[in-house]
Amino acid sequence: MEFQDAQKFVVESFNELTNKFHQVPGSEILIRYIQSSYQNDPVRSAIELILVIFFIRYLLAPSYATHTGNFVTLTEEEIDDLVDEWTPEPLVAPQTSFEKEEEQKLPVIVGPSGPRSKLSNGKTVINLASYNFYNFVGNEQVKEKAIQTLRTYGVGPCGPPQFYGTQDVHMKTEADIASCLATEGCIVYAQAFSTISSVIPAFCKRGDIIVADRAVNYAIRKGLQICRSTIRYYEHNDMEDLERVLQKVVKDQAKKPLTRRFIVTEGLFETIGDCVDLPKLVELKLRYKFRLMLDETWSFGVLGRTGRGLTEAQNVDASQIDMLVGSLAGPLCAGGGFCAGSADVVSHQRISAASYTYSAALPAMLATTASETLNMLQATPDILVSCRENIKAMRAQLDPRSDWVRCTSAVDNPVMFLVLKPDVVNSRRLSTEEQERVLQECTLANGVLITRLKSMPVAPGSNGKDEAWKLQPALKVCITTGLSKKEIEKAGITIRHAITKVLTRKTSSKLSLPGV
Amino acid sequence: MPQRLPRNPFASSTTSAVIIPPTDKPAVRRPSTSKGNRLSQFFTSSPKSKEQQTAQAALLSAVAAQQQHLLNNPSPQISAPSLSLPTISLSTAKGGEANMDEPPTTLFQPPSVAEAKRQARVDAQFGPLGSQSHRYVSKHTGGQLVEPVMDEPPYYYLLTTYISYLVLIIFGHVRDFFGKRFRPERYRHLKAANGYAALNSDFDNFYVRRLKLRIDDCFARPITGVPGRYVTLMDRKTDDFNEHYQFTGTYTETLNMSSYNYLGFAQSEGPCADAVEETIKKYGISASSPRADAGTSDLCLEVEDRIAKFIGKPAAMVFSMGFSTNATSFPALVGKGSLIISDELNHASIRIGARLSGAMITSFKHNDMHDLEKKLREVISQGQPRTHRPWKKILVVVEGLYSMEGTMCDLPGILLLKKKYKYNLFVDEAHSIGALGPRGRGVCDYFGIDPAEIDILMGTLTKSFGANGGYVCAEKHIIDKLRSTNAATLYGESPTPPVLTQILSALKIIDGELKPGQGEERLQRIAFNSRYLRLGLKRLGFIVYGHDDSPIIPIMLYNPAKMPAFSHEMLRRKISVVIVGYPATPLISSRARFCVSAAHNKDDMDRLLSACDEIGNVLQLKFSTGVAGGADHLPDGVTPEMEDDWRKANGLQGVVKAPRWPLREVIANGVQDVKQPLR
Ligand SMILES: Cc1ncc(COP(=O)(O)O)c(C=O)c1O
Repeated sequence: MEFQDAQKFVVESFNELTNKFHQVPGSEILIRYIQSSYQNDPVRSAIELILVIFFIRYLLAPSYATHTGNFVTLTEEEIDDLVDEWTPEPLVAPQTSFEKEEEQKLPVIVGPSGPRSKLSNGKTVINLASYNFYNFVGNEQVKEKAIQTLRTYGVGPCGPPQFYGTQDVHMKTEADIASCLATEGCIVYAQAFSTISSVIPAFCKRGDIIVADRAVNYAIRKGLQICRSTIRYYEHNDMEDLERVLQKVVKDQAKKPLTRRFIVTEGLFETIGDCVDLPKLVELKLRYKFRLMLDETWSFGVLGRTGRGLTEAQNVDASQIDMLVGSLAGPLCAGGGFCAGSADVVSHQRISAASYTYSAALPAMLATTASETLNMLQATPDILVSCRENIKAMRAQLDPRSDWVRCTSAVDNPVMFLVLKPDVVNSRRLSTEEQERVLQECTLANGVLITRLKSMPVAPGSNGKDEAWKLQPALKVCITTGLSKKEIEKAGITIRHAITKVLTRKTSSKLSLPGV
Repeated sequence: MPQRLPRNPFASSTTSAVIIPPTDKPAVRRPSTSKGNRLSQFFTSSPKSKEQQTAQAALLSAVAAQQQHLLNNPSPQISAPSLSLPTISLSTAKGGEANMDEPPTTLFQPPSVAEAKRQARVDAQFGPLGSQSHRYVSKHTGGQLVEPVMDEPPYYYLLTTYISYLVLIIFGHVRDFFGKRFRPERYRHLKAANGYAALNSDFDNFYVRRLKLRIDDCFARPITGVPGRYVTLMDRKTDDFNEHYQFTGTYTETLNMSSYNYLGFAQSEGPCADAVEETIKKYGISASSPRADAGTSDLCLEVEDRIAKFIGKPAAMVFSMGFSTNATSFPALVGKGSLIISDELNHASIRIGARLSGAMITSFKHNDMHDLEKKLREVISQGQPRTHRPWKKILVVVEGLYSMEGTMCDLPGILLLKKKYKYNLFVDEAHSIGALGPRGRGVCDYFGIDPAEIDILMGTLTKSFGANGGYVCAEKHIIDKLRSTNAATLYGESPTPPVLTQILSALKIIDGELKPGQGEERLQRIAFNSRYLRLGLKRLGFIVYGHDDSPIIPIMLYNPAKMPAFSHEMLRRKISVVIVGYPATPLISSRARFCVSAAHNKDDMDRLLSACDEIGNVLQLKFSTGVAGGADHLPDGVTPEMEDDWRKANGLQGVVKAPRWPLREVIANGVQDVKQPLR
């Protein structure tokens, strides 16, 4: 009985299913297809069935292998034990003694950072450590403009440029810079430091080729690191080596599909202070069909008759530079950075440069200040002339006269890099750290505040060996027009004497140095 | 410039204030004064000036009462005609003997034109609070953080969304196919030319060219003035389908639902702006040096001290940009041999920082503690790939409040796991600082958790404080070390003095040190507004993402065509909103996002709700099924605890009604219901 019932049920439901199936449009065709193929070729049907099963399995499987072959299967208890056992390292390593010393010596300025600044210990010093080349910090006209902007726009724009953060003042600043450089367009970023780090990966993708100077600054390095392109370095400022590298790239890539190629370098080098030979660079880039990214962070607002940067100084048309990156925060005493270039280059960045799209826009008052100071440089290039006179006066006190240091900066660079002369380093066998320590002692002497080139931070977990380029420790003296030529000369003498004193002091040899 | 500028639109913009067109909200003062004037003209023929004055006084007091009424019960329904009411009372007020000896004081002095303008300007940046009942304290109610229910639209909408994209893509390819043949000059920048590879790859550019360009006018709308409660857009038009724009020279003042102005500190007047002005006069604009050289001013240290105290950590450091704070913090904390476990929806700056650090990176499902635990067990037990050596450090990175989802991180859950798995925790409070918690101190404050339990608390100063930049808070020894290893301190410009002062005075206001009471009001207003708007949208029938107390309120649009439609319809109603679509969100979940601010008041929320209601009907956006909230009131006498029993008794178990409340009801019930747990 029961068996029959069950049988009946099965048959009924089978009939019902087939009925349902027949109601589905297209089912007839499928059935006919299967029947005919079975009659003709049962093997084929079997293979097709396997294919269908495989296809379904494939669809359901995760899109990539979650575990490599190296995966060790463990029981839950084992995992618990391992979890209990695991002790992480402290989040940060302890401070080194040098870092502690640095921290204690860090100057804290009370009030404005003008040419004469008051330190937190109550002393007033001559400040040759700020990039206040034209003393715009104390300029009343600039302040007035900023206050006007404040009263119209508030402080922060409270949003990224793509989401109602673009204000008319940003567009004006962009237009001002573009017209000053005579490029098609310009885009303003909210911070100068991170501008180039975002510009590089906006254009350079995997498979592209970048040829970069060996001495490029930290921000460029980070941009190169993030972009996943193939990087080739050439010897610092060596145009012949650059040409060799370019030739090699062109030769190696001749058979491969054409990819984007870039040369990345700086106008005035952040870590050395010297200057690139732009006409030669442009010639090479045109000859080998590379695009040029030029970081003018330290030269825009500094070089050239009206401060338009390296392009003005070396008579190169700025539109020859595909991406020209500069800072509004340094010499212009405002804030933010920019990238000037063709309209395509600019509009591409607006949607694909990370620190532009994913960060709030520049505060309006910094944008108007940048416009204002830029205009002041254009209108009164005398400011630059007097700055250069001060540079010359300072240089005369340091470079030829000091027995211990020489200046690696370009002639017009208001940031003077003083490095220990090679024979000093060699004769005393000073390591990099020791040079840093020696120079650190010179940064505040007899009321003159200067600063020091900071070495690039070593990534935790790395042994520091993978930094191909070692910075040579240097002092930085920043010239300002806020001081008269006389005062600059006096300060120069003070610095020179301080260096001499530190280096001739018996105790300054290695012996007295506590372990690093 | 990508835009062609027909003339210089900047000519006057930087020097003079933008002329603010009269707003279309129920203007309280102007109608009343004009009424008063007209009526007083009527009375000038009257011989008895004393009587005139008393009558006028009566009228004005009536108007004032009306105004008070308006303030207490602000609602857009109240329209101007009701102000004609005092005319009747005038005749009765006449001849009142007792009034004769009253001194001719004026009860209501219409503000001078200049004063009214100034006030309108102030109100446009920070709206007046309608009623003291429009406040709420943002605080976690205890227990586990419940994941918000993700409602889904009918399959029909998902299907049409996919089809829309398919059509867009096919059309795009067809247009490209013909375009490349007939108008090659338009594609030149995508082709290799003269031996240079194209700057943008054709493939990458397809999305921009064929999808984004169509709705490009909804993005990057230029503004002028303060992005406060209202934001003034610069009108632009296009003749070539968004390739180029021309400014028309006109401006539109819109309700600002788009800026991250959580506490309403985007203001050009008031204590913050005054302090900033003082600072500019004293310090100038810039410190013109990185922190590690000579860019450390007393102001920097004061702000750092203040932030550390505010966050509740021993030490803090500030940076000039929030993005680079993240981009440089990770390389300073972790490196080779370490692991970063990051929420899958973390911000781009975190992802870039993590990549720069050289550590291994893995991610877990958004806010999913089970997935996080699974990952943790796997990575700790397996160790480093290939070598199986134990990880040096594991850093779990989450955000306090997610800016696209409106969700908060499940901090209690994460800390529970932290106890067991001993990882380090990094919380990015970019959006939550100021916006959450009874004292505005972010997620820790909201959940009542001691900040000491979190290793690194990072945040930005761009949002709630109306300034710019970022901060990192941690134990003192960590900050001390970071000062010499963080690249942004060594090479990046230091924050400028005006920005630092803005931060400082905003913090002082929040703490009640400056303008006592104002900080509290701001915090409670944003909390109220967030809940009010969220509840209202849910009741109207929208699918709303995120947690109840979050001031980021995304509503789902799904179909790509609805993005520009929504944005345009909102703009027509003078409301500016942000729309987000692929690739910032998954393909199907295009959304519009409202950012609520303390500068808004209930009127603004009602205005937005009524706009959403209309647009939602036109565009068919009311998808919600009711699983995610917006349910009807329980009948009288049934408390939320009794709900289950009541449902059982009435056979309503598992019955979910799709909420489609009429706008009137939403507005009428909102204020009380916001104070209860939202349902
Ligand atoms: C989570 C998160 N972190 C960091 C940032 C960057 O902050 P800022 O705009 O100050 O650069 C943002 C801004 O959008 C953010 O959402």
